[in-house]
Parts: sequence; structure tokens; C-alpha cells
Amino acid sequence: MFHFVLRRLASAVPTLFIVVTLSFFLMRFAPGGPFNLERPLPPATMENLMKAYHLDQPLWNQYLQYLKNAVTGDFGPSYIYKDNTIAELIGKGLPYSITLGSYALLLALFGGVFIGTIAALRQNSFLDFLIMSIATVGVTVPNFVVGPVLTLVFAVLLSLLPAGGWGDGSWRFLILPMIALALPQLAVFARLTRGSMIEGLHTDHIRTARAYGLPPRVVVITHAMRGALLPVVSYLAPCAAALLTGSAVVESIFTIPGVGRYFVLGAINRDYTLVMGTVVLVAIFVIVFNLLVDILYGLLDPRVRHD
Amino acid sequence: MDMRANVLSVRGLKVDFTTPDGDVKAVKGIDLDVKPGETLAVVGESGSGKSQTMMGIMGLLANNGRVTGSAKYRGRELIGLPLKGLNEVRGAKITMIFQEPMTSLDPLYTIGRQIAEPIVHHKGVSFKQAKVRVLELLKLVGIPDPERRINSYPHEMSGGQRQRVMIAMALANEPDLLIADEPTTALDVTIQAQILDLLRELQKRFGMAIVLITHDLGIVKHFADRVVVMRRGEVVERGNIEQIFEHPKEDYTRMLIDAVPSGAKEPPEDSAPIILEGRNVAVDFAIGGGFFTRATKLFRAVDGVTVRLKRGQTIGIVGESGSGKSTLGRALLRLLPSSGHYHFGDRNISNFDRSAMRPLRKELQLVFQDPYGSLSPRQTVGEIITEGLRIHEPQLSRAERDKRAIAALKEVGLDPAARNRYPHEFSGGQRQRIAIARAVILKPKVVILDEPTSALDRSVQGQVIELLRDLQEKHGLSYIFISHDLAVIKAMSDYVIVMKNGKIVEEGETEDIFDTPHDTYTKTLMAAAFDLE
Repeated sequence: MFHFVLRRLASAVPTLFIVVTLSFFLMRFAPGGPFNLERPLPPATMENLMKAYHLDQPLWNQYLQYLKNAVTGDFGPSYIYKDNTIAELIGKGLPYSITLGSYALLLALFGGVFIGTIAALRQNSFLDFLIMSIATVGVTVPNFVVGPVLTLVFAVLLSLLPAGGWGDGSWRFLILPMIALALPQLAVFARLTRGSMIEGLHTDHIRTARAYGLPPRVVVITHAMRGALLPVVSYLAPCAAALLTGSAVVESIFTIPGVGRYFVLGAINRDYTLVMGTVVLVAIFVIVFNLLVDILYGLLDPRVRHD
Repeated sequence: MDMRANVLSVRGLKVDFTTPDGDVKAVKGIDLDVKPGETLAVVGESGSGKSQTMMGIMGLLANNGRVTGSAKYRGRELIGLPLKGLNEVRGAKITMIFQEPMTSLDPLYTIGRQIAEPIVHHKGVSFKQAKVRVLELLKLVGIPDPERRINSYPHEMSGGQRQRVMIAMALANEPDLLIADEPTTALDVTIQAQILDLLRELQKRFGMAIVLITHDLGIVKHFADRVVVMRRGEVVERGNIEQIFEHPKEDYTRMLIDAVPSGAKEPPEDSAPIILEGRNVAVDFAIGGGFFTRATKLFRAVDGVTVRLKRGQTIGIVGESGSGKSTLGRALLRLLPSSGHYHFGDRNISNFDRSAMRPLRKELQLVFQDPYGSLSPRQTVGEIITEGLRIHEPQLSRAERDKRAIAALKEVGLDPAARNRYPHEFSGGQRQRIAIARAVILKPKVVILDEPTSALDRSVQGQVIELLRDLQEKHGLSYIFISHDLAVIKAMSDYVIVMKNGKIVEEGETEDIFDTPHDTYTKTLMAAAFDLE
């Protein structure tokens, strides 16, 4: 197990290197630059800025310089949010995104698995039909629709919850963005769970469990569900990485100071270092969660255990 | 007779399935009695309703199934019993083992835990307390080193061992009745014999009754006290072993008994030329290794085997699963990378690659075991059997191809109208005939038959063997007949090769091998197969 984790962490290094390299050059090949504003700057100012940020040097030098700094944990200053380094920006925003994302992840996972299981146990019933219809809606309706509708109903019409902001970070502020963020993922979990539970309930070893008079609770939870969760667990890694690194849409609608909006703002403004910072952040989350999920997978399924 | 004296009394039991095409009556009102300590064999071919009867009694039917009638365990009605009551009986008083030892255990839990589960739930003890009993059971069913194996997962055990684990589970609560649904069908013959011996010994020791559901009359004769013969959801005959085997009343029963393949094949004349030869055939498979890493180990599936097939000869290749017999068949047809020297007729084909082999494919045909998986479900039978003609004889017109298809279907005993229908409309035996038609339509010289009868009922098996023999005689075909089934090999081939672990352990004329086997392994194989009959 220990060796497995070490090996995986070691293999993360080349992965990160490739991610950084690709995004560095892709970003530079996109037309425009951080200081190409609507009203062009005077050439002298432009030249000074380029010099200050080393953008006047050959691309290769910039790349090597970036790599060198990145290895020491220095991701450079932001071009747009002057006076802030990327580390500071992310360090400030990430706790909000992680808090919101964790709640959304838990809601999506447990809610999705729960209703998916119910649907599977009542296969082809009205309840199954209802749950799956809602799940389809959850997947298809984008959260820039769900978010405002939630705000309209619960904040404006019913005045039950605040319409946005973080406030003191209490649950009242979290609830609407959490639902908006979780809903599409919850729907995916529900569909995945239903499919694999239905398959799982028809296996030979479930027949064995029933033939030996095991109580329905044991048959369903101990035997059918553990196997059925394997595909769900596989989906957990990309889902967790996406939710915990923030959503530009949800954070904008509910004015939450997380890191999600940096993706969009950085890309639009050609804030090279900010984009690179967020890309590395997401890559690290994906790598870490894939590793965690593989360990979890091994715990659930002895056939793929890493020893 | 007092019905309470029976462990199980079944009266007027019916099982129906609701399907989109209307109701299917799988069991049409049968009566059965199982006395304490006896072994009752329920015999029938696929579709006879023998399994569904027991599934119905145990409340294990698929969602679209319905059971009516009466089934009493020691006077207690099981049909219509609420789940709670049913669960007091199943797993404790009545237990089951199934045909599929590979999938009947949960892959995610240790076998120790799975054997313990019924104990824990029926006796209300903890898993820790159940452990002693589990160890005892593992010892009882002959699992070596139980202290260690208790923590094994199913995938770490062989098929035979898994079936032993199932038996341990079945015995855990000292049942009155053990229902064994085709318990040995999926196992190799030597393992089959061991499992049956074990069941017999355990029955002697604990005195439970056994209901043995099987299609194989061979194992019934030595194992059961009484027999119930089922056909199309009805009981056609019942009686004790002697009555059934010595004086069967019904034609159907007689047919089942006689269905063990018989006959023998005369060897070709000594002067017959060798048509296909493989010398020192070796096949390696790579084990392990990932996308970037090289394979860590090579597994030698076939290890320096030499086969010489004469014109008109049938070589039977026998072996248990993993012996390399199917791999050898494919290597001889140059269908997978292998080393060795190969000759077809007077041509050296050792260095032929895929494109060089293509023109020869017409003459070297292969028929597979699985008549369900080897025919494309989206093509009509006509398209399936003429596909080879389109490639090998492209000059034929559509009408000529159709003529050949009609002839081929007639030859294999099918109605030529079949060519406009799809494979799913045919039974297993008919599908195997279609597969054979697909091979013979090309007028091949050599046909490799890989377990062509293993998925079929005995009665159908006999017909397919008959057909293969006729075709051989008519067209002077040479066969390599691969099978684990010694009775079929004996009936089909004039020369036998016995394989184990990729090597030939013994070979010779069929009569010699079957009458005076020399090798210990061959002897074990023979004993396992024929002592049962």
C-alpha cells in the first residue's frame, strides 16, 4: 500500500510537468496579452510593463523561469490583481470554495446514492420513474438557471434565506449555492447508482444471499450496494476535483469569494500566471482525488487491492 | 402416507413467467415428495422446469415469475409465506448450492465471512463466535489450511474450491434438505467426481436429504435413490434408480438414458496422407505488464506438442480447463502467434502470415463451443452461412450462393427456409447446426471442432455427433475434436491426445487409450468420467 502511494505520487510529477508545459504554451499562443486593454496603452508604458513582468524575453526563457519558480512554490504575481501573488489569491479564495464544495459533494454523493438505490429497488415503478425524471432534469438544466430560480423562490419570494454572499459563513448562506452546485452531480450519482444497483441485484451472489435467508437489509446494503458503489466511486474523483475547486457560475450568482471565478477572469484577461495557477491547482486536486479514490476502490474491492 | 414424514411435500406446484409475448408456463402443476435422508434426482433437459420448480419453492424466482400451489417443509407451507417466515427456513433448514461456483459467492467478502453469515443471522451469534464453526466447516469440506484460507477471497480460489465453500455454507446450520442445482456441471470431470464424493460422504454423516437437479443421468445412477424425470414443466416418470435405469416406461426417459453418445470411429487407412501437421507447437502468453512496462512473465500455454492429422481422421484432444487444448487448436490453424513447424498438405505454412493464410482459410474451418455467442444476432442465417463464400468465392452470383446455402442447410438437417430468419429464433442445437453449415458450405478439408457439443443437452448432443460423422464420411473431412467430455471423444475420434498443462501426457488409438490407459492422469480422468456411469 505504502509503495503504491509512493509510486503514484512519483508519477504525479511528470503529469504535472506536462500539464504546466501544455497550458503555458497554449495560453501564449492565444492572441492578445494581459496588457492589451480596450484603450491601448502608450508604447512606452507598455514596454515598461513588459519588461517589469519579463514578458519581453524569449518564450523559452520565460517558460524555464516559470518552471524554476513553480518548483519552489512561487507562481508569480497576478497581472490583473496587482499587488497580489497567485498564491495569495488562491490562498484567500480556496477555503470558501472547499467549504462550499465539500458540502455540495456530500449532498450529491449521499443524496444521489440514496435516491438511486430507492429507484433501483422499486425498478419500473412510479417512484422510479419520478426519481429518474427529476435526475434527468437535474443533469440537463444548467446551474445558471437553477441558481437564480432558487434565489427567486427562497430569497426573494419566501424571504427564508439570503440571496447571496458569504456573510458569517453560517449554513443559511451556504444552503442555496450548495444545492445549485450539487444538483447536477447528485443527478449523475443517482443515475449511476440506479444502473449498477439494478445490475447488482440480479447477480448470482445476491441470489445466494437470498437463498440463505439473509435479511433484506443485509442483502441490499452489505452485498448489493458495496459492489454497486464501485462505478460511483470511480466518478467521485473528477466530481470532487470539480466541486472543491469552485464553480465560476455558482460563485458569481451567489457572490461567493471563492477561486472558481479566477478561471474565467484569468482566461478572459490573459492573466497568464493566474490561469497557470488555477490549472496547477485543479491538476493537483485531480491527481490527489484519483489517488484517494484508487485507495478507496481497493478497500471496497479485494480484486484490485494494492499490496 | 403421512405427509408430515416428508421433509418436503410439493403438490400442484405451478410456475409462470409474465413476458412481453404472454405468459410462459414453466412448471405446470407437479407433485414431489422428499423423504428424510434420501437423495432425489430431478432430471430433465434445459427448459424442463427442473430448476424453476426449486427456485419457486425457495422464493427465488425472477421478478416476472409467479409460483402457485403448495410446497410444505415438514408440514409448514412455504408458498405465500411472508419473507420473514421464509427466511427462517431458507439458509437454515433448506439450503442450496448452485451451478455457477464462480459467481455464486460475493467477490467482495472473504469466504470465511460468507460462510459465517447464515450462522450469524440464523443463530444470532457474532461473527467472532461463528469463526470456530467456520473453521470446522472448511475442514469438513476438505479445504486445506483452513486457518489461512478463511481469509481468502473467492477470486483466489479455483472453481472446485469455491463449490466446496458453497457446500460448507450449505451445511453451516445443519439443514434437513440440501438442494443442489447442477452442482458439478461447470466443473472439470476429476473435480466433479470429488465434489460428488464429498456430498455423498457428508450426507452419510449428517443425514440430510438432497435434491439433485441435473441434466446428467450419468451422475444420477450412482448418486440418487429416486428419480423424477421432468419435461416441459411436467413430471413424465418417477421411480427408484433401478426402475428408471432398468425398466424405463416412457420413451423420453429411455431417450435420456440412451443419449450418452455411443459408437466408435474406424481409423483411416495407414496409407492416408497427412493433411495437417504441427511439429513442436508452442504458444506463450504474456502475463502482467502495463502500457509502458514489458510483460513480466510468459505463460507457456502449449509446450512443444506435435500433432499429425491424416485425411479422414478424427483426432480427439482431451483435457481439463487450462490444459491448452483450445489454444493448440487455434495454433494449428495459425490463428495466434506460435512457434513450431506447420504443414498443410504438402505446403510448409510455418512462415505464413495473415494475408498468406487467407486463401487457405476456406479449407481450414473452425466451429466453436458457444452456439449463442458465435453467431451474429444482427445477420440472417443466410447471411451468416454465405459470408465465407462472398470472400472465398467472390465469382458466385447471388442465386448460386443461395443455392449453396440451401444445400448446406439441408445437409445439416435444417429447413432451408431458415436462411431468412435470425439466430435467436433457433434452439442451441439448431444454432450449432447453423455454425456447422457455415463451415461445410466452403467445402473445407480440415475442421477444428472446439467443444461443439458442450453447451448442448445430451439428446441434442447425440444428434450433432451423428451429423458430424455423416458429414465426415460424405466429404472425407478431417476433424480435430477438442472436448473435456470423454464420452463424446470416445464416440467421435479414432485417435486421442490427452493434454495437461500444455503438454501431451498420453496419445494413441482411441480403443487403446480408453481400454488400457498408461498415464496416471489419464487413468484419473477415465475413472472420474466413467465410474459415474
